[in-house]
Amino acid sequence: MTALILKRLAQMIPVLILTTIFVFGMLHLAPGDPVSLVLNADAKAYTQEDFDRVAHELGMDRPLPVQYLDWIGGVVQGDFGTSIFMRRDIGPILLDRLEATSILALGALIFALPIGIGGGILSALWRGSVWDKLINAVIVGGIAFPTFAMGLFLIVLFGVEWKLLPVGGMTSFGDGSLVDRVRHLIMPAISLGVGPAAIIARLTRSSMLEVLSQDYIRTARAKGLKYGTVVRRHAFRNVLVPVMTVVGLQVGYLLGGAVLVEIVFSWPGMGELIVEGIQQRDFPVVQAGVLVIAVIFILINLIVDLIYALVDPRVRFG
Amino acid sequence: MSEASVSATAPAAISLAAVSDARAKGAKNRTWYRRLQRDKVAMAALIVLLILVVLALLAPILPLSDPIKTDPRAKNTGLWTDGHWLGTDQVGRDILSRIIWGARTTLMLGVVAALASTVLGLIFGLLAGYFGGWVDTIVMRVVDVMLAFPSILFAIVVVAILGPSLQNALLAIALLGVPFYVRLVRAEVLTLRTSDFVTAARTIGAPSSRILVRHLLPNIIAPIIVTSSIHIGTLILEAGGLSFLGLGAQPPSPEWGAMVASGRNQLLLAPHVVLVPSVAIFIVVLAFNLLGDGLRDALDPKSH
Repeated sequence: MTALILKRLAQMIPVLILTTIFVFGMLHLAPGDPVSLVLNADAKAYTQEDFDRVAHELGMDRPLPVQYLDWIGGVVQGDFGTSIFMRRDIGPILLDRLEATSILALGALIFALPIGIGGGILSALWRGSVWDKLINAVIVGGIAFPTFAMGLFLIVLFGVEWKLLPVGGMTSFGDGSLVDRVRHLIMPAISLGVGPAAIIARLTRSSMLEVLSQDYIRTARAKGLKYGTVVRRHAFRNVLVPVMTVVGLQVGYLLGGAVLVEIVFSWPGMGELIVEGIQQRDFPVVQAGVLVIAVIFILINLIVDLIYALVDPRVRFG
Repeated sequence: MSEASVSATAPAAISLAAVSDARAKGAKNRTWYRRLQRDKVAMAALIVLLILVVLALLAPILPLSDPIKTDPRAKNTGLWTDGHWLGTDQVGRDILSRIIWGARTTLMLGVVAALASTVLGLIFGLLAGYFGGWVDTIVMRVVDVMLAFPSILFAIVVVAILGPSLQNALLAIALLGVPFYVRLVRAEVLTLRTSDFVTAARTIGAPSSRILVRHLLPNIIAPIIVTSSIHIGTLILEAGGLSFLGLGAQPPSPEWGAMVASGRNQLLLAPHVVLVPSVAIFIVVLAFNLLGDGLRDALDPKSH
């Protein structure tokens, strides 16, 4: 296991380095050089002298490799530079935003896991019945429904028609109680969680059906165990292995999908930060946000791989 | 990272063996086509898509109002109004006309993006799998970096670099799919590379280009094409998301994701402006997914 962990970590390093180079390159590939962006943010006419001075202050007159090393050196120490638009250090902003996105992703997962796994198992146990067909229809629909539209529909129904839930933000003004926070989380978490719930349910159903057709299930039934016991003790555990992998991948997907949900619900997370950064041409912010999400995504994939190896000996020794 | 790390929203890959089995047994009598015809859901999806394609193609000659012509006297007309079956939006544009014109964009985007990512995936997957060594290393490291961004975020980054427009969104969505196909094609090539017919071709002195194009490509193309048809729905969904964020088609062009975004500000006043294009996206994605599932089942009966 230790050898596997070391091997996976070693494989991760070139990917991490290439990813940082790609994200760093963004700023320089993008139209309009960073120095003019800073000067334009002042909305004043500037001379060549101003341009050279700002370029020097920002260190933009140095060769690109030097700038890259300087940037990455800062990033490693948690210094992501300064936002052009907000005129603030990016590091602390990122922390706040990351917290908000994590809460949203966690909420979506809490919604998606029981519904996905439960729905998948029930649909497999009731194979061919009306319920199976109904669950399948919901799965197929859940995958095809646009995340952003789901959010807007929920807002119209629960926020406006029935006035049950707040329509945006993380807390009400002057209220930060837990109940208030949970109320704000419900609709965004459901919007974000529907897709993953459907994908988890589909996979749970197919792996449950596969497991139920195995010989050891027949053996367990043949020796007189109750159907419920067989499902709980024998089938369920084996179903969890592939399901866990897909759940891990869905956590990564939640980070990406969160962008759309955050925009719909004005949720102050990473996605909103990145999209606003793009609209305001605040490239240091975009860079930092994209890098943080990519690194988290790479780490999640690594952890999923390792857990998979831990649970399934065939992967570990294969 | 393991093969399992391929985005879970990507379509299920078709096993090569199953498809070539099906082809060997029934290439002439088209059993897979018959199986598909018996699949009522898939046929219904196919019919919905065909109707939509015909409507999209006929858009210029249908008696529709101009999709970008505003009419300040008919703002937010509700559904089923005379002259505006699907109502009008906040500046009085006919929604039915915008939906049908938007279908051109959406269908074109989904199909072209799927084609482009398939072709790019084929090229790089073939090269990486066949030549191995440093070619493989470079291609696969680039793939790893692309997979380091959760789906739509990669597209957002590409659009951020190139600037928001329909063309750039198309490019971003196409690139998004490439890593998936590279891995799929490469895996197939790796298993075929050592097979007898490839060795035989090499023995008689066939150049690499000939082996790649005449021997390997025909053997892997069928399952890849089916897989990419299943992929179209996902790509349309991603493209809609990009447009919704204002990073795809730009106003006033009639694109479904952009229509949802533009109606958002007055969601309470006229929900149908948001509802209609949302349902349109849902129907198209659903139809592509169901047709794709049907195709997969028809070609691979074992998948049941």
